[in-house]
Amino acid sequence: MGSMGFFKLFRSESHTPDLAADTRSGERPTRHSSGLAEFTKLLTGKESLNILDLGPTSPQNISVLTGLGHRVFNEDVLLASLDPAYIAQEEDGTKRIKVAEFLAENLNHEPQKFDAVLCWDIPDYLHESLVKVLVERLAAVMKPGGVVLAYFHTKDAGADAPYYRYHIAGKDLLSLQRGPQFRLQRVFNNRHIENLFKDFSNIKFFLARDNVREVLVVR
Amino acid sequence: MEAPRPADNFRSDVAHIGKSVLVKGELSGSEDLYLDGEVEGSIDLQEHNLTIGPHGRVRANVKARDVIVHGKVDGNIHGTERVELKRSAVLVGDISTQRIVIEDGAFFKGAIDIKKEAKPAAKTEAPKAYAAAASYSDQGSLTPQS
Repeated sequence: MGSMGFFKLFRSESHTPDLAADTRSGERPTRHSSGLAEFTKLLTGKESLNILDLGPTSPQNISVLTGLGHRVFNEDVLLASLDPAYIAQEEDGTKRIKVAEFLAENLNHEPQKFDAVLCWDIPDYLHESLVKVLVERLAAVMKPGGVVLAYFHTKDAGADAPYYRYHIAGKDLLSLQRGPQFRLQRVFNNRHIENLFKDFSNIKFFLARDNVREVLVVR
Repeated sequence: MEAPRPADNFRSDVAHIGKSVLVKGELSGSEDLYLDGEVEGSIDLQEHNLTIGPHGRVRANVKARDVIVHGKVDGNIHGTERVELKRSAVLVGDISTQRIVIEDGAFFKGAIDIKKEAKPAAKTEAPKAYAAAASYSDQGSLTPQS
């Protein structure tokens, strides 16, 4: 995949989150996920799968997945990408990500290790220079037949779409927790998503009523 | 090493490493340990418990019966019974244990391997795993798994 210019980009800085709005009620909204239902169906009945969760540390997700008998790997790649150690300042003042350094210390696993990956909506928020390399790295560390669950905001989500942490609350249910106010960086259409996962064998789209497109991809 | 000062969690049967103490090497013992200092090397407490306090900085592999982490650990943790990451915990390394408890807010990067000791029957069913998770969404933290 060449230039990322065909993505719709929201060029704006993150701002301080207002988490009070999400915590006032004390309850987290829930969201049905057909993609999650399909993902968990593939996990159930099998044991000792290696599952990679690319989101923030979620006690719920760890509990569910280990309760199913699987081994869970947790790597918050979005948070890691904000580490100043991976950010270089160019002469014109712009910032770039030190991709090689990032990959040397993150997602650094042996080939064909993982049976499943929870990618959530990370590609929507990740720095542009890391999106493609993230998926390439996933292709390398996943077993053939392994599955990736990913979410992509639609254009109707808008630049101010809140960032949520996803917690598995049931075999087809997520509870959503407002997270840091990461800014939606881009919107993928179906063609973009297919190109992004071009090294994978199969891709399945799930329609949702909200502004999030769900995708299950097979390595 | 200065004598430990009384604290709410201080008991005479628990060894205490204060926050000003740095230990380099192999740390082993046959009693519970509250560690609020810095350790580089390895920690092996056999069948005793380890608590890493909020000022604790551990760059070591850890082995103990129960391991409770408030501070920072860069290394693998093997808790023969239980590992608990408090909300202030930062762990980079793998966890191997029978039971895991993670408070919301804890940072963890690594693998979790739950290995139950051989007991008759009790195969985990999917509905139980999700039912346990459903109780977290209101509380925002784990309760120990059985």
